[in-house]
Formats: sequence, C-alpha cells, structure tokens
Amino acid sequence: MIDEKKIMHIAKLARLKISTDEAAHYGDQLAKVLSHFDQISKIDTTNVEPLVSPLEIDFFNDDSFRKDIDQSFFTAEEMLENAPDKMGNLFKVPPVVG
Amino acid sequence: MSINTVAAPNSFVRGYEAVIGIEVHVQLKTKSKIFCSDSTTFDAADNENTSPVSVGMPGSLPVLNREVVLMAIKTGLALGCKIREKSVFARKNYFYPDLPKGYQISQYDQPTCEHGQLYFYVNNYKKTVSITRAHLEEDAGKSTHFGQYTLINYNRAGIPLLEIVSGPDLRSAAEAAEYAKTIRDIVKSLDVCDGNLEEGSLRCDCNVSVRKIGAEKFGTRVEIKNLNSFRFIEKAVDYEIERQIDSIESGTPINQETRLYDPDKNRTFMMRTKEDADDYRYFPDPDLLPILLKSEDIEKIRKTLPELPIQKSERFQFTLGLSKNDSEILTSDRMLSEYFESCGQISGNYKSAANWVMGDLLRELNQNKLTIGDSKISAKNLAELIQFIDQNKISGKIAKTVFTEMWQTSKSAQNIVDENGYSQVSDTTAIEKIIDTVIEKNQSQVAEYRSGKTKVFGFFVGAVMRESKGQANPDVVNEILKRKLES
Repeated sequence: MIDEKKIMHIAKLARLKISTDEAAHYGDQLAKVLSHFDQISKIDTTNVEPLVSPLEIDFFNDDSFRKDIDQSFFTAEEMLENAPDKMGNLFKVPPVVG
Repeated sequence: MSINTVAAPNSFVRGYEAVIGIEVHVQLKTKSKIFCSDSTTFDAADNENTSPVSVGMPGSLPVLNREVVLMAIKTGLALGCKIREKSVFARKNYFYPDLPKGYQISQYDQPTCEHGQLYFYVNNYKKTVSITRAHLEEDAGKSTHFGQYTLINYNRAGIPLLEIVSGPDLRSAAEAAEYAKTIRDIVKSLDVCDGNLEEGSLRCDCNVSVRKIGAEKFGTRVEIKNLNSFRFIEKAVDYEIERQIDSIESGTPINQETRLYDPDKNRTFMMRTKEDADDYRYFPDPDLLPILLKSEDIEKIRKTLPELPIQKSERFQFTLGLSKNDSEILTSDRMLSEYFESCGQISGNYKSAANWVMGDLLRELNQNKLTIGDSKISAKNLAELIQFIDQNKISGKIAKTVFTEMWQTSKSAQNIVDENGYSQVSDTTAIEKIIDTVIEKNQSQVAEYRSGKTKVFGFFVGAVMRESKGQANPDVVNEILKRKLES
C-alpha cells in the first residue's frame, strides 16, 4: 500500500518538494509500478543466486583493478570551475544544519 | 597459552547493565584513494587532492584500488573474520554536501569480512568480543560551517575506510576504550593504518544502551559519534550510561538518537533523533564489479600475517618473563617491539633490554618528541652497552653516563668507553691498592668498624668508588674491603 505519507517520505529523501495533489498523482503511478514488481516477485527463484554483475573476474588473477599509485591530472581550480559558488579553493554551499 | 587472570567482575551500575557495541572507521594507509588515483596526503592544500571521481562529476567512473582490498583481507584475517569469496559494493543514498554524488559507495549485505572475534585484557581479566563485520567504504569530504554558508573540501572524499563493527558485547566504558585500543594496535601492527586518532585515521562511534540486571531485551540504544581519543570513549560512555539510567529512573524513556560528546563539558548532547530514520535505500553499485576471491589466495595472505600485538605481549610475559605493563607498552608499537626484541636477542638479556628501552630510551625519545624509528641509539649499540654491564666491563652507574653520551653522539658504547677510559676495574690488585690507601687515610673509621660499628662500611665503599672515579667493580670492592677490614 502506497499512501500519501509514504510518497511524502520518498519525496523528502529525494529532496523533492511536492504538493498533496502531486502526491496522490505519483501515488497512483507508483502503485502501478509496484504491482508490476509484485508480479515479478511471484516467479520462483529458489536456488537462483541474485545476479549483481554478469562479469565474474577473479580478483587476484586479473589486472582490471588499479595499482595503488597516486597521480594528479587536475588542479583544484579546474575542479572548482563549474561550482555555482566558491570561496578560495573551497566549494561554498548554503548553510547545513547538524 | 593463558595468562594469570581474574574472572570478569560484574560491571553493574545502580542496578543496570550497560550494553555497548562499537564501530571503528579505520582509514587505510594507501597512497591513492579507493576509487581514483588522487593522493591521500593529510596536509594538501584546499581541494588539491581531487578529480572528477572524487567531486562526483557526472559520467565519471570508479576504479577499485587493489591495495585497499589486500589491506581489508589482512585486517579481516587478523580479526579472525571469514573472508567472503564474493563481496559487493553498494550505494548508500543520502544528501549532504560533503557527499558529492548523493550516495556513498559502501558494502551492505555482502561485506568483505564477517564473523570474527578478538580478545584483550582489561583490569586483568580476559575479554572476548565478536566482530560482526568489517566492510569497505569511501570517506566523505570535510565541511566547515559558518552560519550563513558552509565550505567544502573534498580532499578526504574517497579516502578508503574499513569500518569494523563489533557485536553488542562490551559491558563497561573501560572495556569499550580497551577494545578500541586493541583495534588500533592490530591495524598499526599490520601497517594498514597509521593509528593517528588526532588526524582522524581512526574514528569511533559507540552504541550504548542500558537494561535492568537480568533483563534479556536490550534497551533503546543511543549512538555517540566521532570519538577521537580513547579517553573520550571512556568518559563519553561513562557519562552516557549514567545519563540513561537517570532518565529511565525519572520516568523518561530513552529516545533512539545520535549524540555527540563535548570533552570540555564532559557530557554528551543530542545531534539528531532517529525520527528522520536512516533510510538509505541501499542497492548494488552497477559501476563496480563484485570482488571475487579464491580461498587459496586468501590462505596465501594469511601466511604473511605478522604476530599480533596481544600474542606478542603474551609471549613477552611468558617466555621472556616481562611484566604485563612492560609487555603492553613494548607491543603497542611494532617498531618499538622489534627494537626491543633485537636488543634482547643481541645482548642475550631481555629483562635488561626491557628496562633500558622502557626507562632511559623512552624517556629520551619522549623528551625529544621522537619515535623509535628516530632513535639516536641503535638496538645493536644498546645491546652492546647491556653486554658491557653483564660482563662487568662497566658499572651500572657508569652505564648511565655512557648511555647519555651514546644518545648525544650516536657513537657505539665501545667507542665511548675506550675514549673516556670508563672501563670498570675488576683487576683485584688495582682495587686492593686503592683500598689500602683509603684504609691508611681513615684510621679512626677503621677503629670504629672494628669496634662493631659496621655501619661505616658504606663510608669505605663510597671512598673507594670516589678514588677509582666510579670504575671499580662494586662486587670486587665489597669483597676485598670486607676481608681487609675484618683481618
């Protein structure tokens, strides 16, 4: 059951501001999505391991992991170039409580 | 192997029992971050150690640092954990400016290490604590608050952390602090963390609850976050236990909440309630492969593990006969224990080596704010000094002088003894000559001694030692003096 309270909670977690009308609207939509998942969960998956990735790479016998070498390709200035606000070489954001 | 221990005393407080579990965030000592090659240096300029991955730019992708996994395996094995053959990185989703991607990469249901245990000694009893899990994750950036705005430095974002989670097995503040110390000693001995609490290389969160003695159900727990000293852990947990009992006794149930410790006021205060309940919506991170490990590779790593500090301390006590206190101090630092063992082995006198290292050497190191790695006296040179004493080449008193000169000049004991003619005189004829002179000069004291006032014996020893400039072997002096005076 997906009620308005739940929608508001999800919206809050996603930092979205929504009205009660929108909550009802999204509630209907999400209920449909969830009922589809309910249908999927009916499939018998006994003895089937959840699949995280189709790739199975043995950690110790593969070079796809990075060696521990520090390298710098960018300056602090470059990293801050697109920041909406900054102070010196620090990102400046609205006040955060706690 | 077991040590003389007492049974764990009950640690009940005012009819209640405290239940404590600890999460220790261990910063792994790698050169680069966990998912990108930014440097991990502590003293970099603002945002100097950043890149598109660590500031969370769209389209950037994480690439796992191999060393991080090796360090996690080593630590897990040292904590008696089972190393999972498959572990999975997950996204922990929440919004906070120091977390630029909107999620922290962590491990959730399949952490690299789980089901371990460790033990330690606290007030002479042995305490065993279960390790629920140890999982890898990335650190967040550092935010500094200024009322009207907040400034963010992402140098720390992406530094590898291993979060070690204990079971709810601790029962007192003293146990909590000792547990944290034990973790620190282990990760230092494995060389996977520098163990520096002040710089944040080790951060502890303590979960504390209380229940009536005999109650089975745990009380509501409160989390005290970011404790960065062992003393603060002990004080914060003690305060929190009392606070919770006060609250329950006065009829106010405990709220599940997160608190911080204020060391100046020695109290904890509320940071946030759990009403904004943690809802992190974890799911496997599709950008990263699961870590697949073969048991034979894990076993290979197990063989490379060094002796752990607690085992070393037990060995020092049993095999070498050192005191518990000395053993614990000597094993708290791997290099210090190596120095001591090397010095003991070369000199053949572990007890004396322990005394010199614990006494004179540590005093000089502490006074000069140096670590054992910077010692001006090598283990080999200190061993030589100990041998000189044991072979009666120099007296214990002169040895102190030689030690000071060795510290100042970094010369060997042999050089200093030779240059200054410190060699102890054990040659009986030389000593006999000095004693004869002293007796000749002090006839009235001789008469006193012979009339039964044997207390003046000390006066003669002093005079002979002075005459020989401290180099006469005291045992030989005593023997000859006694014979001459009593003849």
